[in-house]
Amino acid sequence: MQRIAVIDYGMGNLHSVSKAIEHVAPDHEVVVTDNEAIIRSADKIVCPGQGAAADCMSAIQQHGLADLLSGALSGQPFLGICMGYQVLFDQSEENGGVKCLAVMPGEAKRFEHPLHADDGVRLKVPHMGWSKVIQAKAHPLWQGIEDGSRFYFAHSYYCVPANSDSVSGFCDYGHRIAVSVAQDNVFACQFHPEKSADAGLRLLKNFVQWDAQI
Amino acid sequence: MGVAKRIIPCLDVDAGRVVKGVNFVDIRDAGDPVNVARKYNQAGADEITFLDITASSDDRDTIVQVVEQVASEVFIPLTVGGGIRQVSDVRRLLNAGADKVGINSAAVNRPELVREASDKVGSQCIIVSLDAKRVSNPNEPLRWEIYTHGGRKTTGIDAVQWAIQMAEYGAGEILLTSMDRDGTKIGFDLELTRIISDAIEIPVIASGGVGNLDHLVDGVLKGGADAVLAASIFHFGEYSIAEAKAHMATHGIEVRL
Repeated sequence: MQRIAVIDYGMGNLHSVSKAIEHVAPDHEVVVTDNEAIIRSADKIVCPGQGAAADCMSAIQQHGLADLLSGALSGQPFLGICMGYQVLFDQSEENGGVKCLAVMPGEAKRFEHPLHADDGVRLKVPHMGWSKVIQAKAHPLWQGIEDGSRFYFAHSYYCVPANSDSVSGFCDYGHRIAVSVAQDNVFACQFHPEKSADAGLRLLKNFVQWDAQI
Repeated sequence: MGVAKRIIPCLDVDAGRVVKGVNFVDIRDAGDPVNVARKYNQAGADEITFLDITASSDDRDTIVQVVEQVASEVFIPLTVGGGIRQVSDVRRLLNAGADKVGINSAAVNRPELVREASDKVGSQCIIVSLDAKRVSNPNEPLRWEIYTHGGRKTTGIDAVQWAIQMAEYGAGEILLTSMDRDGTKIGFDLELTRIISDAIEIPVIASGGVGNLDHLVDGVLKGGADAVLAASIFHFGEYSIAEAKAHMATHGIEVRL
């Protein structure tokens, strides 16, 4: 039996994430915790998150988890979701500029205002709802998920990874945006797999089964 | 390519049970929120809204248990509205597994609540529900005001200005209900939907008056809605979610199939 740690730094819909993982991995132990020792000894780590970037970063620091998260690339299989994706980059434009974990080079930027689709239609911000995700490269977490499947989004900031090789998924919202990255043992996504019905549950199941060998 | 227009069935919940039930052929106990949510997920609903209409304060916590149970088994976005008074109510529902919380009369009573809540949990979790009623005479420019108490009590607040203010205060979405159309089945108030959708950057969910599938199409194409909310046409089996989406798709609307 594997133990999967869902990091609880007080900023997220942890119930949904942990229940969705339990749903796809009933034979695994899912622990919702901020205890560093438990997280470090877990077989896999999930880092969810909601809210503003500044609050998330200060909560991570208050819970003493900044070092652990900054070293995400040298640990177990790691899944970042939503704000748990955005804080992996160097910085975010939100709240007047916030220094983030710098696990990967890049930044989170506010959607432009006004935002328009290619056909001139005005797009709303937050980007809220189901958008098609194009798989930018093959990855074990995409296994069994049709390319272009829709996932659920709810965000006003989007990430611009500096290393385009790390981008594993993108969608079009006003322009092409990177909505997931994959590098070594880390996979992180802007969308919410725990709220994305069958496609999302499959991604979580793939994560549970992933041995981080690319 | 962008984002699919959402179809959102809305369920009234009283003391933990779905009011009036929902007409799915194979549900024996139609009042069980988990069963109803599961069925709507299987039917392709993009999101589910629970409106808590529990009157008794003794039973008020049941909605938290409902959300917890539903969120443990149904993995699509859940919105909960009704009875939200303070930021701690918002947090409790989000922690139980809700994705978004709808604030209605509490925002009218104290607009700062919307700012406090969105600062704390993020705009994307805060929906402001806005009940609007036409107050202009036939030969005057169109004007709507915000009503509370199920459309019985006017506030004198201009609906368009209110939507703009709530967006500034950090609402992530507006659930716009026409009190003139609610329950009439003659279609959305499209002029209201269009004027508010054009006035704000955040998404608008149109509500009130859906009687057939053309009304859903009109809500998006004429009203500019980002999502359409309906209750009776789905609950009583008049139309399925799949039929609604197919109909919208034939009119060129991007939907999640």
